[in-house]
Amino acid sequence: MNWDWSVIWDYSPRLLEGAWLTLELVGLSGIFGILMAVPLALMRASAQPLLKGLAYGYIFFFRGTPLLVQIFLIYYGASQFDAVKDSFLWPILKEPYWCAIIAFTMNTSAYSAELIRGAIQAIPHGEIEVADALGMNQLTKIRRIILPRALGIVLPAYSNEFLLMLKSSALASTITLLDITGMARTIIARTYTPLEIFFAAGMMYLVMSAVLIGLFRLMELRVNRHKYISREG
Amino acid sequence: MLMDLQGFGHLLLSGALMTIQLALASLAIGLVIGLLGAAAKLSPSPFLRIPATLYTTLVRGVPELLLVLTLYYGGAQLLMWAASFFGYDEYIEVGAFAAGVAALAIAFGAYATEVFRMAMLEVPKGQWESAQSMGMSRGQTFFRIIFPQVWRLAIPGLGNLFQVLLKDTALVSVIGLNELMRQASVGSAATKHPFDFYLAAAILYLALTLLATLVTEILERLSKPELRGRRA
Repeated sequence: MNWDWSVIWDYSPRLLEGAWLTLELVGLSGIFGILMAVPLALMRASAQPLLKGLAYGYIFFFRGTPLLVQIFLIYYGASQFDAVKDSFLWPILKEPYWCAIIAFTMNTSAYSAELIRGAIQAIPHGEIEVADALGMNQLTKIRRIILPRALGIVLPAYSNEFLLMLKSSALASTITLLDITGMARTIIARTYTPLEIFFAAGMMYLVMSAVLIGLFRLMELRVNRHKYISREG
Repeated sequence: MLMDLQGFGHLLLSGALMTIQLALASLAIGLVIGLLGAAAKLSPSPFLRIPATLYTTLVRGVPELLLVLTLYYGGAQLLMWAASFFGYDEYIEVGAFAAGVAALAIAFGAYATEVFRMAMLEVPKGQWESAQSMGMSRGQTFFRIIFPQVWRLAIPGLGNLFQVLLKDTALVSVIGLNELMRQASVGSAATKHPFDFYLAAAILYLALTLLATLVTEILERLSKPELRGRRA
């Protein structure tokens, strides 16, 4: 097999451009995803049957279907309705960039909501009783006790979900976006060196996951510092 | 009607059938890879342990779509290179189904390796020793004593992985295999009703994942002798 290192070298700037887009997609969807996941998790854990049912249906749909279907439903599906095409949403929905972000956001929010719900339910009951005993109202309790404690519990699991999202972001290439995978496919169409370029793309994903794993470790050390610092400290 | 498939419904069903075949073929190969991988990871020999660790780390860090694309566009080159060592220099072609199954099985196998490894670690070492003292060979011990317990411990994890695999089959549409997702694209292009077709595909995927959950639960029940024969 003739393996051509030079093609990797020549096209690495283009692949790095793709890596930037991948980071952008994953970063934005991650932030929006959490913003959506927290209310979803609270809904899912609530006693109100309507709220609970809505959250359940949403989570069930987005976890039970392939991300590719979700992307296509938004990117291609939206154009079926004239009402959508005439609305103020169309400038957003006709852009593959925003469609990818919407699909990733909705997808990751469903998975994260389940993680956050699990974390909320894992908070020792005594801590919530203590908050009640101190006379905190519902909102203060959520803000100062439940969410910070849930964050510490959820982080290890969430870092997993975030890495899965990094990998899923390769699907952006199916709607013409030039993320790492999309860029690799365009390069290969020109150079006919699939193995070299896909290898380089794979390495980029590996490096990004390694860095992200490190960042999440640091964050976890910080959030859960009460567990790691000795009492004299 | 909300969803009018304009006579393309059978297309989706044939696609779903292909999706099932793809998932089951990948599952079968992936399970074998997972068992071998777990055995290699737990073996005392570094020549087995290091490659197995490398395999799981690399594959779990790379997008499944990239694996599918690599094996489809580069699979022929890889195979011809491998075959040249055996003196075979003819042209080899890799079809979409073969590339898809290979990619999905490799991805599934990497995660299954971890599930099996954890399950194998759960079975106490003393059981190997006592089986040996009863005069069983290593193979007999594995198949009669260890594997049934490993299987039981691994089923919930494997069930989750199969759900992921089922959804990942959609990726194979990107290389043109006529599975569910691809057939939905064909239908939506012909009718200009993409939303209806992708929604129908989504509902079929939901049905498949539900079915998979059900089968996993049945297998879980069957693997626990104490629950066998008891009503749910």
